[in-house]
Amino acid sequence: MKHVAAPTPGVWSGTATLFRKEVLRFWKVAFQTVAAPVLTSVMYLLVFGHVLEGRLEVYPGVGYTAFLIPGLVMMSVLQNSFANTSSSLIQSKITGNLIFLLVTPLSPWAWFVSYVGGAMVRGLAVGLGVLLVTAGLAPPVVTDWVWIVVFAALASAMLGSLGLIAGLWAEKFDQLAAFQNFIIMPMTFLSGVFYSVHSLPTFWQQVSHLNPFFYMIDGFRFGFFGVSDVSPFVSLAVVAVSLTVVSGICLRLLHQGYKIRH
Amino acid sequence: MHAVEFSSVSKRYQGAKRSVQALDDVSFHIEPGEFFGLLGPNGAGKTTLISILAGLARATSGRVTVMGHDVRSDYAAARRRLGIVPQELVFDPFFSVRETLRIQSGYFGLRHNDDWIDELLQALGLADKAQSNMRQLSGGMKRRVLVAQALVHRPDVIVLDEPTAGVDVELRQTLWQFIASLNRQGHTVLLTTHYLEEAEALCHRIAMLKSGRVVALDRTSALLAGKAHTGLTFKTDQELPEPWAARARVTGRMVHVRVHDTLEIERVLTDLRQAGVTVEDLEIGRSDLEDVFLDIMQEPRP
Repeated sequence: MKHVAAPTPGVWSGTATLFRKEVLRFWKVAFQTVAAPVLTSVMYLLVFGHVLEGRLEVYPGVGYTAFLIPGLVMMSVLQNSFANTSSSLIQSKITGNLIFLLVTPLSPWAWFVSYVGGAMVRGLAVGLGVLLVTAGLAPPVVTDWVWIVVFAALASAMLGSLGLIAGLWAEKFDQLAAFQNFIIMPMTFLSGVFYSVHSLPTFWQQVSHLNPFFYMIDGFRFGFFGVSDVSPFVSLAVVAVSLTVVSGICLRLLHQGYKIRH
Repeated sequence: MHAVEFSSVSKRYQGAKRSVQALDDVSFHIEPGEFFGLLGPNGAGKTTLISILAGLARATSGRVTVMGHDVRSDYAAARRRLGIVPQELVFDPFFSVRETLRIQSGYFGLRHNDDWIDELLQALGLADKAQSNMRQLSGGMKRRVLVAQALVHRPDVIVLDEPTAGVDVELRQTLWQFIASLNRQGHTVLLTTHYLEEAEALCHRIAMLKSGRVVALDRTSALLAGKAHTGLTFKTDQELPEPWAARARVTGRMVHVRVHDTLEIERVLTDLRQAGVTVEDLEIGRSDLEDVFLDIMQEPRP
């Protein structure tokens, strides 16, 4: 065996490796991590679309099934981005294999970019899957792809960061499940996935406006129908600020080694 | 430049009710190319010290360097020079052995590392397991992968935290031959172990930790010489007469009695004969590291 000094390595290829690992991790079990959530969303569409089609017209000229699709796509993006970072991190923490990453020279930024990047790929892959499958049921109307892509990307990044925070914080799977069931799920369901907030009583409309997820879905939907509850620029600003705050917290926790470096 | 340097390292874990002083002003250094042993009973602070070295934990005060690089302020450079084999048998169930090693290389920025990975697989007897998923490997095989993972980036300093705990004889031999060859090539090795005969056979120098403090630090040979005494070892199924019963170290049927001179050997044998104790496999030998270790651990804390 030769004693050869290792070449000076680049930072980016370390980051790229962690990103690739994060993508591979869910891709190896894509049936469960991509196909299953696509199926769930299609079920929502079939059931709610069947029951409510023709009874509700949220925007003039837009059928309920067509209205529902962008919301369901966004909901899939949100839930799966969150699930990717949070489950990856908690599994590594509980099985102990996080040590392989902790002993590397990767910086907090590298962790952040790779984990959140992996979450974005999963979220967007599931979202795209839902969009493609549901296109057969109600061909999507698209007004402006740019809004669609921008909101999908920002939303997946934000939920990926939130998942990273939850994964750092949680010490057990049930704590993570609590975070998911009592924070992420209600915020997603109450953000206007299934309805326009204009159909709500005034009080609940105001409450909805405090929910950043509402702006993600509203701005995303604007890309499809060219109609929204608030201006897409307002939504963009709210989502961008939320993402900045959440990422900032996430980076700070990574820098501190919160619950991972004792 | 030292390969590893601990300067006044203290670590206090602050719990909800009470705090624990895991390390108390630990200072010593390890020279490049040295095979260094870190011994101590459970809870002495060995793993804490290694965790601080690897960046898994942070010292409350003090400074630690690897090849001159501070493990906090210059962590990337320090970690590139350090390879750690953890105590726990951990693995990522999503990947095969080769994937695991490629990913670990990638974390260190090494993309085309397959020649070295192949050498590691060969040397550790893992070549035919390269494509196996980590879940399918036996405990011993997983341990070998942990060693390979610690070495993918060819670190100057290799840390082994009780690597042979629960490992069969064959793997222990393979592992020590391999680590010894790396040491001969110039790699510094820091070893913690419960098997004192391993430390005695392998380590140039030894530090002993007790309750978070360094209680002994010397060349292995000097430690043995400084505490030298003669011991009488034999096997018996019967109870020993006093005063020897109180002075003996008994492990199952094996009895070890420490004696000061040949006169005392005669006294032990006479007393045993008078008490009607039958002994087998009687040996007279010099003290080993285990005696030294027990001596030091039994001394009252300074």
